[in-house]
Amino acid sequence: MFVEYIPVTAYTNHLITTIESMEQPKISRRFFVSISAMAGAFAFIPASVKSAYISAKNLFIPQKRALPLSVSINKKLYKLQPDTRTTLLDLLREDLQLTGSKKGCDHGQCGACTVHVDGERVLSCLTLAAMVQGREVTTIEGLANGDELHPMQKAFVECDGFQCGYCTPGQIMSAVACVKEGHTGSVEEIKEFMSGNLCRCGAYNGIVKSIQQVAQ
Amino acid sequence: MKPFDLLRPSSIAKAISAKQSQVQFLAGGTNLVDLMKKHIATPDVVLDVTPILSSQITGSAESLLIGAAAKNSSAAMDKLVLASYPLIAKAILAGASPQIRNMASTAGNLLQRTRCPYFYDTTLPCNKRNPGEGCGMREGESRMGAIIGHSEHCVAVHPSDLCIALAALDAEVLYAVAGEKKPMVIPFKDFHRLPGDAPEKDNNLPQNALITGVRIPKNPFSKNYAYVKLRDRDSYAFALVSVAAALHLQGGRIVEARLASGGVAHKPWRWYQAENFLKGKIPSVEVFAEAAALAANETAPLVGNAFKKPMLKGAIEVALQNCLTA
Repeated sequence: MFVEYIPVTAYTNHLITTIESMEQPKISRRFFVSISAMAGAFAFIPASVKSAYISAKNLFIPQKRALPLSVSINKKLYKLQPDTRTTLLDLLREDLQLTGSKKGCDHGQCGACTVHVDGERVLSCLTLAAMVQGREVTTIEGLANGDELHPMQKAFVECDGFQCGYCTPGQIMSAVACVKEGHTGSVEEIKEFMSGNLCRCGAYNGIVKSIQQVAQ
Repeated sequence: MKPFDLLRPSSIAKAISAKQSQVQFLAGGTNLVDLMKKHIATPDVVLDVTPILSSQITGSAESLLIGAAAKNSSAAMDKLVLASYPLIAKAILAGASPQIRNMASTAGNLLQRTRCPYFYDTTLPCNKRNPGEGCGMREGESRMGAIIGHSEHCVAVHPSDLCIALAALDAEVLYAVAGEKKPMVIPFKDFHRLPGDAPEKDNNLPQNALITGVRIPKNPFSKNYAYVKLRDRDSYAFALVSVAAALHLQGGRIVEARLASGGVAHKPWRWYQAENFLKGKIPSVEVFAEAAALAANETAPLVGNAFKKPMLKGAIEVALQNCLTA
């Protein structure tokens, strides 16, 4: 394939002459006045256009409703303004970046989101954030004492209480409550009172062993 | 979820006056929040009624009163319940998980919607969710469906365990309505309703009423009782068939028997025929089997759940036998 070589100077010269030969657009006085008048008229339209837009938006896009909320999470007081629809789980994970509590099913069937509210284990996915007003919430992040792991966390590590680890924060929060409630009399009792926490890896034996170790 | 306003009425009277069709009471939230996520419940306003309802459990010479806001777990652990009304604790512990029992309220338990998969799946037809749409389960996957009291419009079953015990013990539901100072009362057997041609209605609670408590009359069933729940896994599953049984024995004979079942009908189902049969009988495996057959023969299973009939018969037999060893 042959490419014709065009000297740069020739090319730029050509461009310059083209630009110079272009005629400047002429704006007549009459044109300027009529355009200005039209632009002025537009200034009156936006109020109605805007309101039409807002009412259409309100019709199709639901309005957020916020709610003042003060809650203590892992012994730290928070003053927040969550949407009324926010669940405790979403508040923890999305608003406060406390991502230890996991979203498994989001419908109260798996227990991965288990946290303590006033010391009792609950499902944070079925708890509206508004319902923990003035309460004390403890998540997996609040269990250890600095670098010192909670005995249940240590037991899970020692007894192979997990494989992939996704259900583990919920399992540990539930296990701590299970021991506190005193439902550790037998393997059967532990299994019954841990039945709200599912583990798809099947680390159940290690979980039961961890609970037995801490209960002793 | 559809956006909503969350309000906290300061009294029961104010809660009732604020209640309209697009307004929902919220207590434990274990059912309502789930239904709101699935856009099955779409209230404009949610009223948090937990601060204004009693969570006390109090006993008197004639009865036990469980406050509407009492958590399932506190009712199951209550000393009074365990001593004189143990069937209630037994039924509660057969249901849900410890986390859910810590959240769920007594009144909310009564108002649970069905767990019928056709009700929950918004892409499938359901008369309970969308009246007039048709019942998907009746001719569909009816394994979890009713075997008695169902209609052509609905074959869903009531999901609660607590309610089965309450039905067996002839409890009463107390509720407040506008303009009435004294609490109103519905006998438990009349509280829930059969689907008929209006399956969207689960119960006979008047519009805008607020449940304030459940009363259980003093009974002689604290010794010989049982709750048997059969389900797809050993724990944390809804019943295929459950049986609450209670016997009052005197001089080796059955003075009175109570039998109620979950997982079989749109409401907690009492087996009155079998109860009457047991009256005055000397308890034995044969007598129990005969009573169980009476109950099972009343049923009319659907295409997909014929297995529930023999399952019910067996569950009643086991429950009655367990009454003797309880």
